[in-house]
Amino acid sequence: MSAPVSVSLLVNGEPIDAFVLPRLNLADFLRENLKLTGTHVGCEHGVCGACTVRIDGEIVRSCLMLAVQAQGASVETIEGVSDSGEIADLQAAFRERNALQCGYCTPGMLMTAQDLLKHTPEPDRQAIREHLSGNYCRCTGYQAIVDAVEATAKTRAERRA
Amino acid sequence: MKAAAFAYARATSVVNALELLAVHGDKAKVLSGGQSLMPAMNLRLLSPEILVDIGGLAELRGIAMRGDVLVVGALTRHVDLLRSPEIALHAPLLRHAVSHVAHPAIRNRGTIGGSLAHADPASELPACVVALDATIVARGPTGERRIAATELFKGIYETALARDELLVAVEVPVPGQGSTFFFQEYARRHGDYAIVGLAARAVVADGKFTDLRLGFFAVGDRPLLAAAAGKLIDVSVTPALLAEVTTALTRELDPQEDQQASPTMRRHLAAILLRRCVAALLARPELETGATA
Repeated sequence: MSAPVSVSLLVNGEPIDAFVLPRLNLADFLRENLKLTGTHVGCEHGVCGACTVRIDGEIVRSCLMLAVQAQGASVETIEGVSDSGEIADLQAAFRERNALQCGYCTPGMLMTAQDLLKHTPEPDRQAIREHLSGNYCRCTGYQAIVDAVEATAKTRAERRA
Repeated sequence: MKAAAFAYARATSVVNALELLAVHGDKAKVLSGGQSLMPAMNLRLLSPEILVDIGGLAELRGIAMRGDVLVVGALTRHVDLLRSPEIALHAPLLRHAVSHVAHPAIRNRGTIGGSLAHADPASELPACVVALDATIVARGPTGERRIAATELFKGIYETALARDELLVAVEVPVPGQGSTFFFQEYARRHGDYAIVGLAARAVVADGKFTDLRLGFFAVGDRPLLAAAAGKLIDVSVTPALLAEVTTALTRELDPQEDQQASPTMRRHLAAILLRRCVAALLARPELETGATA
């Protein structure tokens, strides 16, 4: 009954064809099948945000999506947005401000923060906190993360001006 | 945890989805956005034998006006409700409520049809459709039927939908002149499941309610359209009357005990939301505290 199903998708711009079991979630597909281990698996029920990826430009929880549901979709992971340089400034700001310690939440934080900055180029701290509210960090107390996102927003605004 | 093994069928049309449901019956679950179903499966609370994925059915998407009814397709996502100009104009209650549903990444996948069919008593959207007097459109092997939102919810995760039926749309009547809305919820943190919440639609004329629908959630096994609201219609609301209605409301509620709150606490919070709601909709802040003006 639960035979493998074919799925074709783009991952970081690369076409992928695979046969996967229906129960395989997208996070595990990325990590185990494609060895893209930047996407982290924390709670596996959509609460912690460590597995956040972009599907067709919008952030989603890859633990709450089956790999087979990504049929025809364009998936972008932390590896993709990191290698392209899209979030280089955000990553630098995280480093400068110690906005990470163990780093487990960081890929999800970066994906979510970049999503906010795309939709709301100059968010205030409240908006930053609200957008990141679905991403847990157990190390930093969030202050430094909010600082880093705010600083990146300001630098980008200055660059645009 | 990971979900137990299951088979998967990607529905190619509503008709095809209905055929699959007819064949598999109780063994199937419909997969829409998956934002409630997948956690339940990952936690092994649910282990369906087959998932019927309706996520690709474009015919179930979209928001459109039909006469004086706003038709919202079942696959309309929370984020679509947030961004829709039609919703902002004709059903701002939904927009307001959705901003309290989880977090952006969840709202990008979760759908209105999925949320209603899941029927979690602590969810926002079921209470909204009850308050808005919406109609749920379901399609089954013998055709389409319409279910009043007040008749849809039958218990925790239970609805009036048959196993071989698919929720395809929600019809929201467009409110007339003088309509106002109220939405508030208590939650530990923004985006968490509500401890108690209230979604309300009212018509106010000359400082009185001519209509008032109070949809409470997380106060029982399903969203509750409070009968106590009837006592506030076509009368001048005094603090004494509001106190009486508040007492009537707390008797109507049958809240559950869980790790978040006791039934007593839930009744208390529901009473506060009722006073806030009446005070806000009538623009009479003194009613919120219960003090005499």
